[in-house]
Amino acid sequence: MKEFGGACVLLDRSDINTDEIIPAKYLTENSKLALKPYILEDLKLNGFNPQASLEGARVIITRQNFGCGSSREHAVWVLEVNNINVVIAESFARIFRQNTFNCGMLAIELPQEDIEAIFAIEAKELKVDLKGQEITALGNGEHRASFALNPFDQELVMAGGWLAYADQKY
Amino acid sequence: MGKTITEKIFAAHLRDTPSAGNAILDIDVVMCHEITTPIAINDLTERGMDRVFNADRIKAVIDHVTPAKDSKTALQGKIIREWAHRHKIKDFFDIGANGVCHAIFPEKGFIRPGNTVIMGDSHTCTHGAFGAFSAGIGTTDLEVGILKGVCAFRTPETIKILLNGTLPEGVFAKDIILSIIKKLTVKGATDKIMEFSGPVVDEMSMAARMTMCNMAIEAGATCGVCLPDMVTADYLWPFIKDDYASRAEAAADFKKWHSDPDADYAGELTFEVSSLTPQVTYGYKPDEVKDIAEMSGTAVDQVYIGSCTNGRIEDLRVAASILKGRKIAAGVRGIVSPATPKTYSMALEEGLIETFMQAGFCVTNPTCGACLGMSNGVLAEGEVCASTTNRNFNGRMGKGGMVHLMSPLSAAAAAVKGVITDPRSL
Ligand code: SF4
Repeated sequence: MKEFGGACVLLDRSDINTDEIIPAKYLTENSKLALKPYILEDLKLNGFNPQASLEGARVIITRQNFGCGSSREHAVWVLEVNNINVVIAESFARIFRQNTFNCGMLAIELPQEDIEAIFAIEAKELKVDLKGQEITALGNGEHRASFALNPFDQELVMAGGWLAYADQKY
Repeated sequence: MGKTITEKIFAAHLRDTPSAGNAILDIDVVMCHEITTPIAINDLTERGMDRVFNADRIKAVIDHVTPAKDSKTALQGKIIREWAHRHKIKDFFDIGANGVCHAIFPEKGFIRPGNTVIMGDSHTCTHGAFGAFSAGIGTTDLEVGILKGVCAFRTPETIKILLNGTLPEGVFAKDIILSIIKKLTVKGATDKIMEFSGPVVDEMSMAARMTMCNMAIEAGATCGVCLPDMVTADYLWPFIKDDYASRAEAAADFKKWHSDPDADYAGELTFEVSSLTPQVTYGYKPDEVKDIAEMSGTAVDQVYIGSCTNGRIEDLRVAASILKGRKIAAGVRGIVSPATPKTYSMALEEGLIETFMQAGFCVTNPTCGACLGMSNGVLAEGEVCASTTNRNFNGRMGKGGMVHLMSPLSAAAAAVKGVITDPRSL
């Protein structure tokens, strides 16, 4: 199982799509690592500069419907190879969410109030207690929130992803 | 309590229930293309798992960039080609026989009512038009699909979308689905199935049903679905004629998949299409939709007719109906990509290719091409394209480009006028 939590970056927008996370033109790469420099390249957001803003980040926190659009798992891998393995949002697009758990990473949904609170304290760091299903965001203050993982998704995270899980069971 | 078509398909394919609300399904058809499959093949090979669960139930195509445009895309083609040969996947379509996945696979009769289908491609929802459960998935799911023939899904809820009225002249399935996405928004159907029914759907061709189901993902849906009927039976007849005594018998058999009258829906939306006008997107999200009249006069640099949404013969006929005897406006580039070789040859036979060429269009081979901005018509910074595709995301057809989604008729009208135009005015 992976380690979760650490420095976080706030992306204050809904509907961030997979073309923004990793543009289609990089889908010709045949290794995950090759995607690394192109993370969120087409995301236009005030004050956001992919390379500088994501420096050291382990967690992304955003609004609604993160990862909508294409089925490309490259959108998850580009996070993974940049050491980001937790995304926290109000909601996710189905395929992105499924891909994240399939890779043994975390896509945590929180109610709007919690997301607002995390943005309000301009969180810099985020701790994840997977067993207790609770996160703690630290910034100009502290915000704790509990989350509920789908039990199957939790098993995938424990197993290190869907391939390992399916290989054992089916 | 009755069941929806999707609940019936789930029940018929259920392999396991790892926890409440999660289903592991047996998959009938695993489809592959050269963008998302090679990395799955490489990963499986590295893990010592280079196997396939059933070569006959895997279908593969090179479609996104074909012919290869550079060394990297050539390598992607090579990886999937060698893999298909190595595992004796006979339904593999390479250059000369290849076309856009969601157009060519239905055309080959691979999708049947009641099937479960997955592909590493979000527009896999297209095949729900045949009364199947068909979902886009990522590479890990694809790997497991290839290896084990199973896939995990949350038990889906269904939104019933009832289409009443009669489609006016100049208004098409594309306009209907754009107006539905506008209403639902890009996340309105997340984790849900969009089940299309009503008199308008009953009258629709398979091509029109595919156009609608194709864009279900743009509202976040897992799959779009239509109830299989006589139109489905007619389309599939060449492939099922040994299984049934008649088309009517096939259609009657398909009824077993129909949603029960007392099935439970997560929501119901009714659309009256009789007053619908041609629709167009204006922003970078497919739910940013307006009546075309509100956008008329917007200059375009390129017109693209093709893709898994609207690159079928029916679409080419519609576009050609406006282009016949007319010329593209000066300064506009017209590109048409028939979605499959069959579409291409039919268009040739019917004189449509001649019409496109006389009008000044460039006719390309069947490929995804410009749709995802990888080849065959990428936009330059600041350029605008009137397009029959399904996505207008920022950068989709090229960095800094703007894509306005519309029907083939509206796209052809934009080509002739050089600006977005209500096609009914021509
Ligand atoms: S035509 Fe466009 S949307 Fe359809 S499969 Fe190809 S790239 Fe995807």
